[in-house]
Amino acid sequence: MQSLVARSSVVRPSVLRSSARTFATSSARAQAVPTEKPVLNKEFKIYRWNPDEPAAKPKLQTYTVDLNQCGPMILDALIKIKNETDPTLTFRRSCREGICGSCAMNINGQNTLACLCRIDRNESKDTKIYPLPHMYIVKDLVPDLTLFYKQYKSIEPYLKNDNPPADREFLQSQEDRRKLDGMYECILCACCSTSCPSYWWNQDEYLGPATLMAAYRWMADSRDTYSAQRKEKLQNEMSLYRCHTIFNCARTCPKGLNPAAAIAKIKLELAAD
Amino acid sequence: MSSARMLGLGSVLRQAALKPRGWIYAANALRMVVPKRGIKTQSLPPSSMTEILNTQRLKRPSSPHFTIYQPQLTWLGSIANRMTGSALSVLLYGYALAYLVAPGTFDSAHVIEFVAGLPDAVKYTGKAILAAPFAFHSWNGLRHLSWDAGKFLSLKGAYQSGYAVLGATAVTTVALVLM
Repeated sequence: MQSLVARSSVVRPSVLRSSARTFATSSARAQAVPTEKPVLNKEFKIYRWNPDEPAAKPKLQTYTVDLNQCGPMILDALIKIKNETDPTLTFRRSCREGICGSCAMNINGQNTLACLCRIDRNESKDTKIYPLPHMYIVKDLVPDLTLFYKQYKSIEPYLKNDNPPADREFLQSQEDRRKLDGMYECILCACCSTSCPSYWWNQDEYLGPATLMAAYRWMADSRDTYSAQRKEKLQNEMSLYRCHTIFNCARTCPKGLNPAAAIAKIKLELAAD
Repeated sequence: MSSARMLGLGSVLRQAALKPRGWIYAANALRMVVPKRGIKTQSLPPSSMTEILNTQRLKRPSSPHFTIYQPQLTWLGSIANRMTGSALSVLLYGYALAYLVAPGTFDSAHVIEFVAGLPDAVKYTGKAILAAPFAFHSWNGLRHLSWDAGKFLSLKGAYQSGYAVLGATAVTTVALVLM
């Protein structure tokens, strides 16, 4: 309605003068240009390393972003920098809503997903962005997750049952189903594993929180009959027992899950065997 | 000519020269070619992929870890637990071995005599240095036992028990120093 009045008053001002006066305030609002937001510059210090110049040491590069011209999340700032300032900045991203796990990185000292992490609007403090800790770097913020995925594969993360029901689906009580809550939601972003000091020092042999919680997810599943074999594989010094219940994993998980508790339950079950 | 080669225009100009009204073709071709400038590609067989990846992997840096990770009660508590444990073990084994080597110098009577001769400030400082790690390690040991029994396994539980351990450590240290 407002725009209609505004447009027609442009076409025939003399005819509509009286009605335009009636709507004076609203038509003025319709025509008003939005006020310019003040510039709010914030510094982002981002870890850079280029595989084409392997001799050059990794460094922190500073970018300045006007937060009033940028979305609210760290990922928005990264994309803005890549689009407008430096197209060589490299990072993984996909869903921008915390379900793919691609944009996991260390932001201000904590591992989290860039798409779920709000930018601190205090412009006097810079924001430091590093790749996931203690991982080999492919480029800039992209870590090599080959080992992480291999470890996940090694625990056989799928339902194993030699006697499936012949003519229908597996049935599960609501109580049994509830045991999987808080574990099946894991998106394998590797935030927890790379926050774990034990995993930093022993990732060649220790499986790490993400993989161990996935292992327990299948042990706890009432439909899976390979629980004993799964436990047997963890019954050694390194795979499981390098967990010292530090709780960095639960503290950092961007999905609010608790791998530390899952690992503690595996330990309890192994002790009860 | 050399500048034309640098721009990657050599073949285009040659083609243009063969055609009538060459300058029009040259101008059109120039427009199409200019964006290509500066990009050089090298053709490699797919089998060379592994080699390229492996040479790159050899040179990859490891990203920084504890130097950039936010200090949190979780992992700092764990490190403190290890350090106090090691320090207390070194003290125990060191003293036991010293007693084995020189029983005359390190028996209780001599130690008591030595400590009694120290000024008060040194006595209290020394007691605090011994008492704090002992208190922390003992209380945190109980925290670990409760975790292993399946208690306090939520993040909230971990933090509450962590602060409880710190509080208990402070109280116990003061009590031991004043003893």
